Amino acid sequence: MRPPVLTAAWLVARKDLKIEFRTRTAFLAVLVFAILGVAIFYFAWDSTAVAAIDLAPGVLWVIFTFSGLLSLQRSFGAEQSERALDGLLLSPIDREAIFLGKALANLVFVAGIQLVTIPAVALLYNLPLGRTIVILLAIALLAAVGLVAVGTLFSAMAANTRLAELLLPMLSLPFFVPVVYGAAQATSTLLAGRPTIEAWPFLKLLIAFDLVFLFACTLAFPFTLEE
Amino acid sequence: MSSISVADPARDQTGTRPTIEERPLFGWLFAIAVACMVAAYVRAVAFTPIEALQGAAQKIYYVHVPAALSAYLSLGIVALMSIVYLWLHDERADRLAESAGEVGLVFLTVVLTTGPLWGKPIWGTWWTWDARLTLTLFLWFLTAGYLVLRGAVEDPAMRARYSAVLGILAALLIPFIHLSVYLFNTLHPKPILLKPDKPSMPSEMLITFFSFFVACTILCIALISARYRYGVERDGLRALESDGGDR
Repeated sequence: MRPPVLTAAWLVARKDLKIEFRTRTAFLAVLVFAILGVAIFYFAWDSTAVAAIDLAPGVLWVIFTFSGLLSLQRSFGAEQSERALDGLLLSPIDREAIFLGKALANLVFVAGIQLVTIPAVALLYNLPLGRTIVILLAIALLAAVGLVAVGTLFSAMAANTRLAELLLPMLSLPFFVPVVYGAAQATSTLLAGRPTIEAWPFLKLLIAFDLVFLFACTLAFPFTLEE
Repeated sequence: MSSISVADPARDQTGTRPTIEERPLFGWLFAIAVACMVAAYVRAVAFTPIEALQGAAQKIYYVHVPAALSAYLSLGIVALMSIVYLWLHDERADRLAESAGEVGLVFLTVVLTTGPLWGKPIWGTWWTWDARLTLTLFLWFLTAGYLVLRGAVEDPAMRARYSAVLGILAALLIPFIHLSVYLFNTLHPKPILLKPDKPSMPSEMLITFFSFFVACTILCIALISARYRYGVERDGLRALESDGGDR
């Protein structure tokens, strides 16, 4: 008997997270990459001409995009060795559940990176976060859902091609434009101390993107597997 | 240009081999397209009045806009054929999507090169992040990514499925990119972005525009069908090769 989709998805996610928790290498590597990126970016600007608060939203979202790509690469790349994916496909669960489970594990991974990177940026760029941190984390989560939905699907596709490392960014980045744009604009609205209501159009964009692509990618995923 | 000859007399004697009809890749439709194009160019250069405000630079319009419309036509075919492929699993739909994708990239490249050439003298800048410009640029990226993906997958059935998935998702993405750029521009208005309303065109210019539009559309269809025939012959050749390799 097949378990319900969400239960099966949770099992897949737990498997991925358990592997990650036991090895821990990828998470630490991506985390260091993200913070390193934040630090490097600081030297790419003239800090006397451009205030750090104007710079921070852009830096934050560029870094999240690239560290997200690094973590997504792993998602299906890991299943390639010893044809682990075949085992996953043989298990009596729906293919949509495999996708949702993979996406959930990636979401936890990316959200974990954000949870450390946002305070790190606040510290290094001297941002007056205060109460806005709650809304900022909500924006980050909304954006992460969109990035992960599209990225997980493309990771599954790219892993089977000859240009895996190159193809994932090439396919994903155009899809990340609305997410990065919405999240960065919402972040800069909040950091500028403007009322939350002004960030609402950007949040609506993020929510619409999340809903459309989570649905579309879940439906499309079975087509990317061997039939 | 004539087609690649794949008919091998020795093989044909068995009678069961797939044979490929020899037809030129570029047929009469392409000839008509070239003739129309030449006529439209002659008309635009020699027999169309020069626009009062923009001068000769305005003539880029006659190439720029029809090329954009042909690009949209091609990409529309890609999206439609992607849906048809996932629905019917017909390899002809995949081949048509592939052909339209390549031709669409060519027309998008024409749009993105003629655009800045026109923009520099008229707007005073090669590029602005205006809604349509940005959307066209991202269409170019998406189409290029689509073709790179096609080139990176070996198995034909898998390639067809992957590219159909990408084709459909890209069609879903376009409204979001458009919305992003729209929000961007309404919240941060920049006077340079405001494109003047298209003046109602005198009939001579309108005729030139329509002749380019017709020529460009015929050219687009002729290129797609030539590329499609190439695809048929290439796949036929591969089938013959793998057939021969098995023995």
